[in-house]
Amino acid sequence: MSDSTAPRPGDDDAGNDKAASDTTAGGAAADGAAVETQTPKPEGTGGPTSPADTEGAPRSQSVLRQILESSTLVVVMAVVAALLIAGILICFADEDVRAAAGYFFSQPGDTFSAIGDALGGAYSAIFQGAVVNFQANDFVGFIKPFTQTLTMATPLLFAGLGLGIGFRAGLFNIGAQGQLLIGATLGAYIGFAFHLPFPIHLLLAVVGAALGGAVWGFIPGFLKARTGAHEVIVTIMLNYIALYLVAYLLTREAFQREGSNNPISPIVDESAQYPLLLGDNFNLHWGFVLALGGAWFAWWLMERSTLGFELRAVGANSHAARTAGMNVSKAYILVMVIAGAFAGLAGSAQVLGTEKVLTTATAGSIGFDAITVALLGRSRPLGTVFAAILFGGLRAAGPTLQVQAGLPVDIVLVIQALIVLFIAAPPLIRSMFRLPAPTHEKEVAA
Amino acid sequence: MSATVTEHSPTPQQGKGPQPAETKSWKATIGLSVVAVLSLLLFGLTTPSGVQTTFTVATSSDFITLPSITVPARAAAVVLSVVAILLAAYVGFRANQFRKVGIWLPIVFGMAVLGALLTWAGADRSGTTIQLTGLLTSALFLAVPLVFGSLAGTLCERSGIINIAIEGQLLAGAFLAALVGSMAGNAYVGLIAAPIAGALVGLLLAIFATKYWVNQIVVGVVLNMLVIGLTSFFFSTMMTDDPSLNRALSLPQIDIPLLASIPIIGPVLFQQNLLVYIMYVVVIVLQIMLFKSRWGLRVRAVGEHPKAADTVGIKVNRTRVRNTVLGGAVAGLGGAFFTVASGLAFGKEMTAGKGYIALAAMILGRWSPRGALAAALLFGFADALRVQFGIIGSAIPSEFLSMLPYLVTILAVAGLVGVSRPPAAEGIPYKK
Repeated sequence: MSDSTAPRPGDDDAGNDKAASDTTAGGAAADGAAVETQTPKPEGTGGPTSPADTEGAPRSQSVLRQILESSTLVVVMAVVAALLIAGILICFADEDVRAAAGYFFSQPGDTFSAIGDALGGAYSAIFQGAVVNFQANDFVGFIKPFTQTLTMATPLLFAGLGLGIGFRAGLFNIGAQGQLLIGATLGAYIGFAFHLPFPIHLLLAVVGAALGGAVWGFIPGFLKARTGAHEVIVTIMLNYIALYLVAYLLTREAFQREGSNNPISPIVDESAQYPLLLGDNFNLHWGFVLALGGAWFAWWLMERSTLGFELRAVGANSHAARTAGMNVSKAYILVMVIAGAFAGLAGSAQVLGTEKVLTTATAGSIGFDAITVALLGRSRPLGTVFAAILFGGLRAAGPTLQVQAGLPVDIVLVIQALIVLFIAAPPLIRSMFRLPAPTHEKEVAA
Repeated sequence: MSATVTEHSPTPQQGKGPQPAETKSWKATIGLSVVAVLSLLLFGLTTPSGVQTTFTVATSSDFITLPSITVPARAAAVVLSVVAILLAAYVGFRANQFRKVGIWLPIVFGMAVLGALLTWAGADRSGTTIQLTGLLTSALFLAVPLVFGSLAGTLCERSGIINIAIEGQLLAGAFLAALVGSMAGNAYVGLIAAPIAGALVGLLLAIFATKYWVNQIVVGVVLNMLVIGLTSFFFSTMMTDDPSLNRALSLPQIDIPLLASIPIIGPVLFQQNLLVYIMYVVVIVLQIMLFKSRWGLRVRAVGEHPKAADTVGIKVNRTRVRNTVLGGAVAGLGGAFFTVASGLAFGKEMTAGKGYIALAAMILGRWSPRGALAAALLFGFADALRVQFGIIGSAIPSEFLSMLPYLVTILAVAGLVGVSRPPAAEGIPYKK
């Protein structure tokens, strides 16, 4: 790489974004996700990335070539590759396939039909569990899987948005799990310990959840700003501390259900629950709408506000940002507080929406799944929305997979991990599917 | 290339080892003082006077039988806390002269506070005693996966690759050890299989980090997820269908002749199974190799300044891949602890975050095998303490004791224990 074409770090955050999306919006794909997930950006790794070479692209480039080179195709292919590899696992685990493979050379047809049955069962279970159920008798049953997907996507979206802001500011926050738990704890406590009329009670509980998460996010931000403590380590440790703290609180009388010794809180008052969005037949609640609002806010914050500009500058090159007179310490603290508040809201989606009680399992693996959501969404709000819905769908399909196809839900985790792994390495996907490499090397530091 | 270098050049200037700091740092003094005063208030002054605490040190197999030690509880707890306060004052005195203190101080300080804690916990419990030997034995045993994990982290990070995937490597090792061991019907075969699984995870990490330049923390987190998913999937399908593939095997305890019959030290160090003895060897070999051999010098050069290393003809990416695979193998071997070394069958997510604690031990141990061992033992001790307190029934809720290693780590990385500086080129892909 010669020095003249090397990018200037810290210089390529605002303008580049626009330029890259301008070039691609015309030819590659028309949907918004494409524009959002297109842009190759240095995400806080500090490694040099080639800027999108807008002027140098030859005019003669065909539309087909543009499509083949677009990162949207890489995303789609990554999902396909992940599903294919998961398919191999499914075949491997399927007893019929293994039995048929035992006499493969005498009757190879049996093996292939067994493989077909196993895969068909699994993929149709995923579709019926996540999108629409063809076997349902009425419209409610038909559409229910998709609403379930959106319900599952809600906490992932909240937490993913917060993590995305952190990634763009150069902070790798692994602590959504802990922030979510503390937020959920405070939100749930307000929900069941106080008794207030409907809108005020819900508002108070939601604010409480955001506040709880923000406090838990403040700690690593403050330590990073003041002492330089690595946020990855501190947030991982705080996850465990939060878990044990909640486990302890749930043994206290104030948090326990009356007449029960189990570590489970009372049910949150109805006045503090998110109202259902589509009536009693569906679990989908207004938390999802709030999450979409959160996505808009995250977009506004990062793309339209001065603060967002500063945060992106810090993420692109903290030394340059400091030289330019920005307060890097303040930025670190603010980013972690905002990310924590989003994670706390994800907790509210759990305790005030889906589950309505606080347990040690409230966070599940949402905090970690949200990392993959933010990565898949390229840390952009719109991308995060689609990624959250995709992974929400996989989560929603879990029970159907278990019941219909007899597959353990863990396969969902494998698919998720593979998708992110493939998306993080576009050259790998390109070589797997023999796609042409882009004229300018688009290295995405995810 | 110039961009990378200019952008990251300011980092190595922080913390220059033993030279006097430019400003007086009171962080260590304040941190230690707070802990010492808390120790006096919580353990020293709340212990009722006139009661005693009994420590048992002997086990039946000892060559010489030592008597149990009984001390007046309140006096002992107060004295130990005052010792801790004096040590904190000494740190302050040295800090005032721009000097630092040796590694002995935090160790002695920790022992004093832990002693006060144990005296307080064991006070006024006729019939129950503090089993000191048992406590230390279980501390060492519980530290085994942490030691292997933090050694793996040290190996990778010294060459410039961040290894968050320790958790996945431990889990993969535990899984394959159980699977292969059960198939062969021999725990030792499982012990051979474990490093292979870890090395495979390490290889994936290395490929994505050096060939595709993916953010290493991202790959690590995702690999952990992948391994959890894969092992849980095979556990719920293959192993559940055929339970003979997942049997509880255990490595037999091997007593080292003579050494095993030394009081206290013998039962703690020399009545263990093969994995623990391998651990001793690995720690010593890595400590010497990393800091005294040509190989170690090259590895550290790659981790500190890859361009300089490349200039003198060291293959940067090849070194990194080799080290990451080797590190993965070491962590995988540590994973065998969970199944064949503990006599358990494989279970879903059975490593339960130990890989992340190992990461913390590596940082606390300042990226050296010796330090990693010490930090891992500290965490193992905290874990053993939790188990012991669960048995004697202590006033401290077990959740808070479980938090202890994590709190200590946060204090450590926040610089209260001393500045720790990671290898300079850590996490930055090397591009020619």
